[in-house]
Amino acid sequence: MGDGDVTRKVIDARGSFCPGPLMELIAAMKMVEVGDEIEVLSSDRGSSTDIPEWIHKVKHEHVGTEERNGVWHVLVKKTH
Amino acid sequence: MRILIVGGGMGGTILANNLARRLATEMRNGKARLTILSASDRHMYQPGLLYLAFGRMTPDELYRDQASLLEPGIEFQVDPVEEFRLDKNEVKTKSGKTYGYDIIVIATGSRPSPQDIPGLAEHAEQFYTEESALKMFKRLREFQGGKVVIAMGVPHKCPMAPLEIVFMLHDYFKDRGIRDKVKLHYTYPIGRVHTLENVAKWAAPEMERLGITYETLFNLKEVDGGKKIIRSEEGGETDYDLLVTIPAHRGMEVIEKNGLGQRGWIPTHRHRLTMEGRDNVFVLGDTTNLPISKAGSTAHFEAETLGENIAAMVKLGTPVRDYDGKVFCFIEAGKDRATYAMFDYLNPPQPRPPTKVVHWFKLAYNQMYWATARGLL
Repeated sequence: MGDGDVTRKVIDARGSFCPGPLMELIAAMKMVEVGDEIEVLSSDRGSSTDIPEWIHKVKHEHVGTEERNGVWHVLVKKTH
Repeated sequence: MRILIVGGGMGGTILANNLARRLATEMRNGKARLTILSASDRHMYQPGLLYLAFGRMTPDELYRDQASLLEPGIEFQVDPVEEFRLDKNEVKTKSGKTYGYDIIVIATGSRPSPQDIPGLAEHAEQFYTEESALKMFKRLREFQGGKVVIAMGVPHKCPMAPLEIVFMLHDYFKDRGIRDKVKLHYTYPIGRVHTLENVAKWAAPEMERLGITYETLFNLKEVDGGKKIIRSEEGGETDYDLLVTIPAHRGMEVIEKNGLGQRGWIPTHRHRLTMEGRDNVFVLGDTTNLPISKAGSTAHFEAETLGENIAAMVKLGTPVRDYDGKVFCFIEAGKDRATYAMFDYLNPPQPRPPTKVVHWFKLAYNQMYWATARGLL
């Protein structure tokens, strides 16, 4: 999933109820550069919909989502 | 074994007292030495700031002398760290002294950073410092009606604060007899009114019942103080007469300046609480980068785990247990009712409807906290 040459930050938000995976992503977006990717690991199925929902609203790129062994890997890219 | 704690807030103080009791013998016979460095000779009970903003506590009630909270045998210095030299196992302080250590615990906390959002520091009220809470109290007393908007940034400490402030504002204006002249509008960064799903399920109908409007997926981007409009990253905007913010936070400047973590958040192992790549550097409280609440109870429970582990490292040569992500947060739901959320990495919270009893317990805890700080409760 994603381009191997791009800088990727991984947020391990498994077991995070508060502030939760999406809030962690929103905070992390301020700490990466345009073009960087962020991969959010979440044990909450809801992340597979609420992260892309926010990403589309703020016009970043949702690169893809995979579920592996009960963990959702949601990959996004900062576009501006 | 030289143990150095950097930070005299909730986590650092609880840990110091916890260790002083566990290592009393070793400290007496010189096998262990415990030092805590702080930027202040006073200890603040930060949850009291919310009550300060409504005139329900006075500033003097928020503080105790730090030294009075510490067990005998702990070396306490008001001498903040300026340089972390982790490769040399030492720190350099403001006074120019160098402190060597075998184990260091970084518990420096976090700070509100309203200046990160254009217009926010100048045009919004907040309650995360004594000065700003008192200013907000004055502003609330002068407010005669209009639209009050709550808007926030992430991350922020005390994730329950957004709900607490809006429900307390409702009761405050109701008690003043002007609730019908006040429009309360709550905004939140994600797609529900609180990040905890079960809390949001309770809070949204409660807001509707109380006539509080809300807008979700609203991440504060800028404040136009001239037009009195706030704009969001999502392309939204709303006008205000009084803007109350829970600003995004950063770790302390010394953490950023020393390159320990971006925006002051130190990469930390979620169970061992070690700094990534450093087995003798522990991190607790707000300054970790862990995906858990930045809250006093988090620091408290982390400190208990670390107290057990560091003492075990002295006595047995190894830590003995993992931090399980435990957090406990009161949620004030108005002036006289409250509930709470308790959770960890594996178990989500299941908050009950607010009651007067839990509110009274919170008021009692505002006083009992000092026993927690002393490592007793």
